[in-house]
Formats: sequence, structure tokens, C-alpha cells
Amino acid sequence: MTVSEGPAVSPLLSVRGLTKYFGNFAACSGIDLDIAPGEIHALLGENGAGKSTLVKMLFGILEPSGGEILSSGQAVVIRSPSEARSFGIGMVFQHFSLFEALTVGENIALSLDPKFSLPRISDEAARLSHKYGLPLDPKAHVADLSVGERQRIEIVRALLQNPKLIILDEPTSVLTPQEADRLFETLLKLKTEGRSVLYISHRLEEVRRICDRATVLRHGKVTGRCDPRQETPASLARMMVGADVAGVSRGTSSELGDVLIEVTDLSVPARTPFAVSLRAIDMQVRAGEVLAIAGVAGNGQGELFDVLSGEYTVPENDAIRIRGKAVGTVGINARRMLGAGFVPEERHGHAAVSEMSLSDNLLLARSQPDRRSFLSGGVLSIVRHSSVRSAAKRICEDMDVRKSGDDPSAGSLSGGNLQKFIVGRELDRQPAVLVVNQPTWGVDAGAASRIRQALVDLARSGSAVVVISQDLDEIFEVATKVSVISEGRLSPSFAAHELSLEQIGLMMGGIHDSTHSEASHAH
Amino acid sequence: MRIELQKRAQPSPLFSFVSPLLALVLTLFFGGIMFWMLGKQPVDALYSFFVEPLLEVWSLHELAVKAAPLILIGVGLSICYRSNNWNIGAEGQFTIGAITGSILPVLYPEWHSLMILPLMLVMGMIGGALYAGIPALLKTRFNTNEILTSLMLVYIAQLYLDWLVRGPWRDPQGYNFPQTKSFVPEAVLPEILDSGRAHLAIVFALVAAVALWFMMRFMLKGFEVTVLGQSERAGRFAGFSAKRMVWFSMLLSGALAGLAGISEVSGSIGHVQPTISPGYGFTAIIVAFLGRLNPLGIIASGFVLALTYLGGEAAQLSIGISEKVSRVFQGLLLFFVLSCDTLIHYRIKIVTQKLRGGAAHHA
Amino acid sequence: MLEAILLTVITAATPLVIAALGELVTERSGVLNLGVEGMMIMGAVVAFAATQITGTPYIGVLAGIAAGAAFSLLFGFLTLTLVANQVATGLALTILGLGLSGQIGESYVGQPGIKLQPIEIPLLADIPLLGPLLFRQDLIFYLSIALVIGIHWFLFRSRTGLKMRAIGDNHASAHALGINVIRTRYLAVMFGGACAGLAGAQLSLVYTPQWVENMAAGRGWIALALVVFASWRPLRVLAGGYLFGAVSIGQLHAQAFGIGIPSQFLSALPYAATIVVLIIISHNRRTTMINTPASLGKPFVPER
Repeated sequence: MTVSEGPAVSPLLSVRGLTKYFGNFAACSGIDLDIAPGEIHALLGENGAGKSTLVKMLFGILEPSGGEILSSGQAVVIRSPSEARSFGIGMVFQHFSLFEALTVGENIALSLDPKFSLPRISDEAARLSHKYGLPLDPKAHVADLSVGERQRIEIVRALLQNPKLIILDEPTSVLTPQEADRLFETLLKLKTEGRSVLYISHRLEEVRRICDRATVLRHGKVTGRCDPRQETPASLARMMVGADVAGVSRGTSSELGDVLIEVTDLSVPARTPFAVSLRAIDMQVRAGEVLAIAGVAGNGQGELFDVLSGEYTVPENDAIRIRGKAVGTVGINARRMLGAGFVPEERHGHAAVSEMSLSDNLLLARSQPDRRSFLSGGVLSIVRHSSVRSAAKRICEDMDVRKSGDDPSAGSLSGGNLQKFIVGRELDRQPAVLVVNQPTWGVDAGAASRIRQALVDLARSGSAVVVISQDLDEIFEVATKVSVISEGRLSPSFAAHELSLEQIGLMMGGIHDSTHSEASHAH
Repeated sequence: MRIELQKRAQPSPLFSFVSPLLALVLTLFFGGIMFWMLGKQPVDALYSFFVEPLLEVWSLHELAVKAAPLILIGVGLSICYRSNNWNIGAEGQFTIGAITGSILPVLYPEWHSLMILPLMLVMGMIGGALYAGIPALLKTRFNTNEILTSLMLVYIAQLYLDWLVRGPWRDPQGYNFPQTKSFVPEAVLPEILDSGRAHLAIVFALVAAVALWFMMRFMLKGFEVTVLGQSERAGRFAGFSAKRMVWFSMLLSGALAGLAGISEVSGSIGHVQPTISPGYGFTAIIVAFLGRLNPLGIIASGFVLALTYLGGEAAQLSIGISEKVSRVFQGLLLFFVLSCDTLIHYRIKIVTQKLRGGAAHHA
Repeated sequence: MLEAILLTVITAATPLVIAALGELVTERSGVLNLGVEGMMIMGAVVAFAATQITGTPYIGVLAGIAAGAAFSLLFGFLTLTLVANQVATGLALTILGLGLSGQIGESYVGQPGIKLQPIEIPLLADIPLLGPLLFRQDLIFYLSIALVIGIHWFLFRSRTGLKMRAIGDNHASAHALGINVIRTRYLAVMFGGACAGLAGAQLSLVYTPQWVENMAAGRGWIALALVVFASWRPLRVLAGGYLFGAVSIGQLHAQAFGIGIPSQFLSALPYAATIVVLIIISHNRRTTMINTPASLGKPFVPER
């Protein structure tokens, strides 16, 4: 069997016709892939394209439904992660597979051969982390570490096994641009040592920057192979999405109106040991504005959302104002009645109950603001299921929610479709203020562009929109002004067109440049 | 060989209905095996256990007497469990309800009034609710696990009852028996038909079940119960308070258990004594699950579990098996109910041979 | 006098310590088995029956352990293989255990049992006070001490213990690392069952060498509370167990002295003490959150 493309050296790892079914759904079908020694190979594709399923099969977590995996030309069966390691494969997970209650050393020891003693592992880990510029304290508890530090543990853990191939699943999605640069240096060092890297991403710029070859997946199939350095971001995107994705149209900026949501000197202590305290938050959003709050995960975004929504109230009533009314001490439904709408980050178990139908999930957010149309019977509060159902149907049509059946459970929808429903649930009320946390997290490109357009349109029609996001592309698409949240502090806001990616990156890393903040009142 | 589970996209409506029936059949099958191991004819034994009690009018009355507390407590517990509050101390709330409800007839035995019975019932409900309020307070205020506290309170309630009827409440003319004076006729819960002992408690039980079914099915409160039980976070997003739900569900189930307690003492026993329940508060947990936490289902399951009590008594008389067999049946039944419920949410695959990658290579 | 009281405290504390240690291991792996009371009572009745049949209490001890482990397997199958609700299944285990033990033990009610005899450890047994307390004890007491030390070592020094803690912290990650979550949990559940069975055997062979229906009398539940009290640490289980032993013996002696408090109120003391202890421990949400195994009670279905 000859390898049709790629370098002449025999591949380190090959995949032939690899297929994975979940029920009747083919997450991967007939995937062919070759990874040469010493190359950084990109696996590109949007959310749900089958990238994660493919690497889980390579790492022995998922069992393939068909096809074969060849290690140095030999057909192999990888039954478990430890077998994968014995073939020289190491993996850095997207959602870290770390144990918060254990120490760094214990976390590393768990993925290694039992023959090493814990002290030896710690020494070795310290040596390796030094060599690759990834400083770590083996005795620290993971729960106390930042996201970047956690990723270092994962990488050191993979390196300790001296792997020939390291798989990284969306490694930069949780890093600041500067942290990402440091990661790229480490990857290039690994490459010079002759190791291979399988680099999974949907970020086109970084793939073009560091990858030697790319394989593009769409709907579980390979749709393209290329040298990413020869391509443009647009041509890569076409391969990923299959068509040009509509860009978000901003239109001309309209007149700014009154301040609709305002936060003044708001400090909130951490609620749990793993939470972040909010410190002296100030923000103002006027009608017609979209304020994007950028930041690396875990810097207080969730906590900020909780107090803005009123799911957790604060003692100072004046600290938060919605349409001029002090609302710090009142709950989420009172804020909704003032015309505010909220979209939390987590879809399952926060924005929606997976086991419940879409119409029940509509009632979840709107039982009080829409009391008159959805409830009857006075104190008995009898739910008018038929009107709730027809409202749910209207939302599904407006937002183009694809679903099976009339009123399916929220859990049966794909991430993108459920998110369209959750956003549509708020837009349907034409809220004066909308606060959204990570509006397109884990959502396919089509749904993401639709949701972003809806946010921009809502602001243009005279509402104030707050978008909390880690996705810098998204921020530049929708924002009229940008703040950065870091360790529970919110930076002053800057007009979006005055900011560069690098400036945001520096602020995300907690480095505030005082000369920049002078410019904050320019607009 | 191994068993694999595949999550269904939607809970299977077929198995939601079939699963409790399947559990019943399995329980009968294993019960038959147990009788056979005890040296009895399985079919005969099962017949005298589960069919004979249904053939006579008086024993149908007994069935209603035993089903009433089970349904009353069971529907209350179903609201707790739906909202993810694990009250397992209904036996204690039953006991305290019986005590507080009996204050009037025991301490004022000369008081003859039509007011006495309604007052007793209300006081019983208040007593049960307050006793269930203790774990609710501890959970909301101190974050204490309600499973353990509500259970510890069962032992305390039983010891308190024991002390009362052997001490201050003992009937001085009672030949030193540890029991109170018999209630005056006005304090006795009336029977519903002339043909047997069944009293008003079964009516209370049916009314409570239908009312709670209506709440769960049509009212926003029912929606709140379900949402908070599925996800506290989503409940908070809806503006519901998990703490208030702890209070609501615990007080409600405590009040119903208290009502069951005073009804049992007033309607079935006629005085207070050290033992007033054959474990109704625990059996009601099984009733709640067998009824799939649905109040209407609980009416049916309450009668099924009442039959195990009655069958135990009947089998002891007719074929000489210990009445403890009924406890075994109850335990088995709960096990099978829980196992069969898996079928509602999962497809079960039995994999006999490992098929791994490479086997189905295609170009 | 002091020696006699301390001896009874040790005898009362031993079953609590053993049952709580077993549950601690189960919970460290992320499984909440509320059926301790049921497994304990099964251990008690089977140990008693086996002793009566063979005449050898040591066979009774083994039978009790085996009964507890076998009974817990039922719980394991439901919650681990069929992912049934752990709280409800634990309750079912207790209800079934109470019924089944009553059935099995019916013919043994009132029979005099055979007590497990103490084993003297030469030399050490002659130390004043400590000798009779610690070195003239029965096998089960020695086992309880060995278990405390052994489990502490296992959890914090051995690699398998590390894996078990990892599973309890985050079962999805443990699975992704290639640790067999289900198998480890089965073993942890069975270990918990075996310990509960041993604790039950202590009740019917040492504490009161006879069969009394429902003789566990809530000790299984107290053991569950002890695990919370000990914040999932074996050495603290030992301390907590002896504290509870002292409370329950203290109330017995108070009853004997007739200090004017009704016996029922004194009997309620251990249960009331459990509630008080739970309040004190749970009160600090921060420590509870840090110590509780994060995946405790959550169902796990591996994707394949």
C-alpha cells in the first residue's frame, strides 16, 4: 500500500477508513489520515465536524465502528489510553482531564507507569517543565491553579512518557494570545526533536502560523488536505464550512440613547472556594451599544453574569441599575419585568433543563414576565400549555431551530440549535437590555453567525447588549466597545475600532497599560 | 460478556408504563422461588399471599385501611423526591403527627365536641410538618444532609412516643399496659361504609393524591418542583428558590405523614401505644418509587404495597410463613422497580464478544 | 471500674469504626451507598447463623464478611451497571436487608450465641490498663485498627488508592486516562459491603452474642454520618467512632445509675449527637466542599 500524499518518509501514524457510529449517526466516516515524523499536522473543522471523536479513537477512549489504525505501518488496535501511550501517543485534552482535589505531582503520576515512585515523578516533571519553559510546582493543588498552568500540567504529563506523537485538542481556546505564543514555542521545540504534533483547532490564523500540513473535516468526512501556509483564511474556512459563511453586517452606527444598564463600584466576595471575587466593577451600556467583555475563562465572567442577572443579588441596591431603576437587591424575575433578558453560558442545566421539552424551557425564563399570557387561574397559577407551546413554535420558526418532532426535549437538540432557541427565547420579548455569556460557545458556524447578527440587530433597534466572550473574533464582529475582565476586575471600556488584538491580549493577561485607559473616554 | 447502556434520545413512554408492571412480575417470580426454598408450594403460597386477601369484603376494607397511610405519605414523599429533597424520616413525622394529634383526646378525655376531630387532624398535620421542618431548617441553614437528619429523628420520635405512653400519658386504669385512655367516640375517625373498618383516611389519601397530581400536572408550582429537582441552577435562572422548595416539600410531606399518623391512631387503633406503625413511613418510600413519583401512580402502588402487608398476615395464618416475608417482598419490589426504570432512559445491550476496530475495514 | 467502662466503649465503637471505614472507601470512589444498615444487619444474621451451625465463631466472621460483600454487589449492579439512583437503591438495600435478616434469623431468636473469644498478645497484655484494653481483645478489634492504618496507607500512599481518589474526584477524567472506573467502583462498593458485614458480625458475636431482630439499631446510619464527620479521612473515623462509642456507653451507664432522666431520652442521645455533629461539620460550607469527593453520588455511563 502506498501513501498517496505527504512526505516520502513512512508515516508515524496512519488511519484508514476510520468510522464511528453513535446509534445511526456517523460522527466519523471513512477518515484517512497520515502523520509524518517531525511534523505539526493540523486537524481543522468546525464544532461537531468529528475532530474530537477521531482523536478519542486514536487515544483508545472510543472504540471505532470500522476502519484501521496503523502505527509505523503496522495495523494496531488501541483499546485504552494506556495502550495508546505504549504506542508513543500522548494527549492534551481540550477540557482538561485533571483532578482538582489532587496535587500536580499526583495528577502526573496517574498517567504514568506504576514502576515510578511519586518522588521520582516529581523530580522528572520539574526537570521537563524547566526544559520546555513550563514552570510547575508538583506539590500545588490543581484547584488553586490558573487555566494556563493547568494546561502545562497536561503537556508535561504527556511529555513525561516521551511520546512520538502529541495530540493537542483546541489548546489555545483557553489561553491569552501571549500564553498561546509560549505554547507555540514549546511545540516548535518538540518538532525540532523529531516528535510529531497533531494540532486540533478551528482557529485558522494559528494553524497557518505553525502547522506544516492540514487535514480538514466536515460532517465526519475529510473534505480537504493542504499546506496551510499556501492557503488564505478564507479558503481554509470554505473547506471547513463548505460554503462562505455570511459575515455579520454592522450597518451604520446609530445615535446612542440613554444608559440602560449601569454598574457602579460593585464588589462581590467569592461565593465558593473555587469562585472569583468581583472587585470594584464599573460599567455603563447605552441604548444602541454592544459592550463585549473579553477575558480568559475563570476570571470572574460567570460571577459577573450571576450578579447582573440577579440569580445572586447583592446587598447594595444602587450598585446595579437597569433602565435607571436600582435593582441590586431584587431577583432575576424582577429584572426581567423591567425589560432585561439573560442568556447564561451553560446550556444544559442552567439556561435549559435537558430533560424538559422546549415549551417547558420557554416557561423557564418567561413564567413571570409573560404571566398574563402563560398563566391563568389567579393564585393557582395554572400553566396555559397551549399558549406556551405556540410561543415556542414561533421562536423555533423565527430562529430557524432544527428539531425532530413537535416539542422535543432540549437535550435532543444540537448545541447550535438549542442555543438559537435560548437566544430566541429572549429576543422574542424585544428586551431593552440583554446580557449574554459566551453566546456561541460550542456552536456551529452557521448558528453562530445567525446569533451574532441577532445581537447586533437588537442593539441597532435601540437595546443595550452585554456580550461576555472568550472568542476575540466574535468580539470584533459584534462589539461597539470592549472591556476586559481579569481576576475579577473589569477594565475601562475602549471603542472597538480603536483596539488591536494585541492590546486586548495584554489586558487579558492582567497587564493594564495606564496610557491606554486614558483613551477610554474618547468616544 | 458485558452489559452496555445506550442513552435514549427521549425517555421511552412505553417503558414508563411497562417498567412498574415488569418489576411486579419479577418480584412475584423471585418471591415464588423464595417460597419454594422455604419448602412451600410456590403457586399456592403466592395465591394465599396476593389473591386470597382480595376475595372477601372485610379484607378489602383492611386493604383500604393499610393503603391510606401509604398513599398519604407516598404522595408527599413524591413531591420531596421530585424536587431532590430526600426526606426518609416520614416514619418519625407520622409518629409525631400521631402524638400531637392525640393531645386533645388524651389530655382532655372528658371533652365531647364535634370540633375535636377536625382539631386533632389539623394538629396532627402541624406536628408532622414541624417535625419535618427540623431537617428542612438544618438543610437550609447549616447545609446538613437531610437524609441522615430526618432518619435520626425517626429514632428520636419513636423513643419519645415510648416515653409518653409509658410515662405521663399512660392510662392510670390501664392495668399498667403502656397505652393511653381510649379515645372518646367523637375523636374517632368515622368509617366510610357499614360493611367494614375502612375509615375516612382513605378518602383523605385519594383527595391528597388527586390534588397533588393536579398541582404537578397543571400548576406553575408543579413545574417549579420538577425544574428544581432536575437542576437547581436552572431553577435559580427561572427565579425559583431551592431553599423555599426545601421548606415547601418537607413541610408538605411532613404534614401528610402527620395526617396519616393521627388518622391511623384515631381511625384504626383508638388510643396511643408504643408501636403505631408497621413501618408505613419506610414502605411509603417504595410506594412513591413504584408509583414512578406520580401521585396517581402512587394510588395504585399504595394498594399493591398494602396487599403485601395483608398477604403477610394471611400467609402466616394459612400456610405458616412468617409475616416478615412481606418486608422481603417490599425490598425486592423496590429493587426491581429501580432496575426496570433503567429501561426508560437507556437501551440495554448485552455484548457477548468484543468487536474492535479493523474488523470492518472498507475502502 | 474505669477499665470496664473503657472496654465497653471500645466494644461499642468498633462496629461503627469498621462500617464507617468501609463506607469511606466506597465514597472516596464516588459512590454513595446508603445501604450500610442493611448490609450490617445481613452480616450480623449470617455471622450468627454460621456460628450456630458450625460452632466456630471465626467461620461466622468470615460468613458475615461474605454476606455483606455479596449484598453490596446487588447495590453495585443496580447503581454501577444499570445506573439506578444511588440514594433510592441504598434505601432499597436497607429495607431488603431488614426484611431478609428478620426472615433468616427468625429461628435463632432467643438462642444463646457463641462469643468470639479474646486473643491475648503475650507480654503486651500484661501492661496495666492498656494491656486489657488494647491487647486482650477479640480478632475484630485488631482488624479494626489494622483497617484504619491500612486504609490510610492505601488511600494516600498506594497507586491504586490514588486512582480511587482520582475517580471520586472526576470520573470522566479518570476514564479518559484509562482508569477502569466501573471495575474500581465495584471493588470499592464490595469492600464497603465486606466491612459493613464484619461490623454486623461484631454485633452478633461480640457486642451482644445473640440474634435480636433489627439489632443494628441505626448504627449503619450513624456510620454514614461518621464518614461526613471524619471529612473522608480514616484516622478521623477512628476518633469519631470512639466519640460516638463513648456517648452511647455513657448513656447506658447513666441509665444504670438512674440519674432521674427517663431512659428513652438517654437512649435518644446517640441519635441526637449524630444530628449535632452533622450540624457542626456541615456548617462550614467551604471545608465540606473541599473534602467531599466531587463525583459522589453522580451516575457514570462510559461512552464507547
